Amino acid sequence: MAEFEIPALKPYPEIPPIEIGTMAHSKPYYAKQEHQQKIGFPGELVDNWEQVAIDKMGELVDNSRALRVFLDSCVKCGACTDKCHYYLGTSDPNNMPVARQDLFRSVYRRYFTLAGKYLPSLVGARDLDQGVLDEWYSYFHQCSQCRRCSVYCPYGIDTAEISMAAREIMDSIGVGQKYCNEIIDKAQTIGNNLGLPEPALANTLEGLEEDIEDETGVSVRLPLDQKGADILLVTPSADFFAEPHVDGLIGYAKVFHQAGLSWTISSYASEAANFGLFIGSYDNMQKLALRIREAALELGVKRIVFGECGHAWRVAYSFLNTLAGPFDFLDPDYPVPQHVCEVTYDLIQRNALRLDPSANDDMVLTFHDSCNVARGSRMGDFEGGQFVIPRAVIKASCNHFFDMPSDTIKEATFCCGGGGGLLTDDLVELRVKGSLPRMEALKQVVDEHGVTHLAAICAICKSQFSKILPYYGFEMDQIVSLHQLVSNAIVLGNEH
Amino acid sequence: MSLLTIAYTLLFYVASATLLAGLTYRIWLYAVTPAPLRIPTTPAPTTAGGVVRRMLFEVTLFNSLFKSNKWIWLFGWVFHAALLFVLLRHLRYFTDPVWSWVALIQPIGKYAAFAMVAGLAGLWARRLLVDRVRYISSPSDHLMLALLIGIGLTGLGMGYLAHTDIVAVKAFFLGLMYFDWQQLPTDWLLNLHLLMVALLMIIFPFSKLLHAPGVFFSPTRNQVDNPREKRHLPTRNPSTSNAAS
Repeated sequence: MAEFEIPALKPYPEIPPIEIGTMAHSKPYYAKQEHQQKIGFPGELVDNWEQVAIDKMGELVDNSRALRVFLDSCVKCGACTDKCHYYLGTSDPNNMPVARQDLFRSVYRRYFTLAGKYLPSLVGARDLDQGVLDEWYSYFHQCSQCRRCSVYCPYGIDTAEISMAAREIMDSIGVGQKYCNEIIDKAQTIGNNLGLPEPALANTLEGLEEDIEDETGVSVRLPLDQKGADILLVTPSADFFAEPHVDGLIGYAKVFHQAGLSWTISSYASEAANFGLFIGSYDNMQKLALRIREAALELGVKRIVFGECGHAWRVAYSFLNTLAGPFDFLDPDYPVPQHVCEVTYDLIQRNALRLDPSANDDMVLTFHDSCNVARGSRMGDFEGGQFVIPRAVIKASCNHFFDMPSDTIKEATFCCGGGGGLLTDDLVELRVKGSLPRMEALKQVVDEHGVTHLAAICAICKSQFSKILPYYGFEMDQIVSLHQLVSNAIVLGNEH
Repeated sequence: MSLLTIAYTLLFYVASATLLAGLTYRIWLYAVTPAPLRIPTTPAPTTAGGVVRRMLFEVTLFNSLFKSNKWIWLFGWVFHAALLFVLLRHLRYFTDPVWSWVALIQPIGKYAAFAMVAGLAGLWARRLLVDRVRYISSPSDHLMLALLIGIGLTGLGMGYLAHTDIVAVKAFFLGLMYFDWQQLPTDWLLNLHLLMVALLMIIFPFSKLLHAPGVFFSPTRNQVDNPREKRHLPTRNPSTSNAAS
């Protein structure tokens, strides 16, 4: 099945001894000239790239307190060294968060610190050369920006910030990653990452309406570009096509239908995922965020609700107000934006939905906390709501639920292995190996509690698990959307 | 006045000035560098009071480190807590008359020195023995531990093996403070101890010791988790011309 060794699932997770260079060969395809230029970067490696890169580094450090503090503060205590799923799955020491940061920090020290300028070998400072650039390209595309290391660092150093900066520097000298940059281009010109134009989208949604009616006998609408609707739903475009994502979308539609909420999808802003985040590009992230604002104004909605998507929810929850606010034209009674889980949870609390959990009795569920929902955002109006609310919705929809071990969920959750712009076939070895800690945790609840399915609230997690579950002896359809469970359990009809 | 006294007098003025100016500059840089986006590591406090609490726990009990690794936490916390008492104990050489609470903690401070060296030794052992930590260590990381342990051992040496003339030492430092310079005793343990301390002060603002002020400015720890309720205004450093958006 694969040209690489699939890690064995151990009954108890172990910290592997380091094996230098085991993943040095891993690197994604480079972005083509056309896509680079369309999103504001040089098409190919610029002539004096070393100088351009160093200048960019200085600019980024001057503009980011996080970056400046993180580069100065690391004491190399080693607390983070066993926290990254890519290290645990590959044993490559450059996948230890501190070592990954040091690929960047060593260059920063050389050009921006006194010690690095005069005593480079003493403090591990290095000139930026082709070898270093190659290492950057390889290992900064082995970080899913999941922030797990930042939970455990005594100074809160977040390797994601450093990976983003490194990717932005590489983009600015003409070295971009194909997967991310092509997608950003598509989202900025067509409106979504899959490049679905309006007619295709309309057609898909109509098809889904027919499917729901065939199955339930109830006419549930999935409106597109409907002016005057109350709610604009912004969801990852994978929800329109991929499995199990689409079952989640059907779930949202049923929830809105049953609660009598008026809603619409926008073809102009038909993408929740904001890949500008992955490449650390504030400008690209803002352009994508502004499409949502424009769509909300154009359609005259009162609320914005996001579908199930991890990094998207981080950008939406934490950054949207900054990037595209203020949203004073929306209904002040609702947070902007809202997560679809918050909407469903509120309806359940108010007894406005009738759910029959026995509809999911053929499954025993566990829940995968998506990294950027867990550590980069929140749901509800209380600390930790992002852990409580999805679980509450699952428990209202299912009778059989068991959590994975406590050091692998909530704030300690492991990334699925495909986040942060790595969900591409050219990185499949990394994705398989990086999912090892999650697979071990899953195996444990499968063995102990007979868990049959893993529910997730992120388009990337869902796609990643569909792909890698079979590598570890599971079935690809053991991953389900959270709202797929709601969809199964919801009792459609007039009485509630 | 001996050559040694002149050299150490100058050394301590230079070291103090470097430490003060260097730290002030660095802290000023941290303070003025913009934080363009809200990036607290969640779950995070939703109020400013909550952030103060989180930070307090972080810097006094090393909460995150405790979650991470009990050995590093144990050695690191013992070292830092002991260092605090050792430093406070040393206030007796800079105050006349000695503040009563400083007099009170003298015994604690004296034993704390052992704990400090033990904590540092534990950290160094990890750095040498754990393959992951060895991999990420630069020569400077080892030298920093050597320097701190050297300071601790020479201090202990004076306390327990070869007593130095602490009355003269105190006169020397009070003299530095009031510009009424006094002789520094010639005692190799004392001279070595002070040389290493001065070196540490000079290195501080240029090294990883910046984690001390840095932790207070860490956005993942010091930001309030309320981006939907309160709009975080985008900011850019005005000194960088091409960063406007």
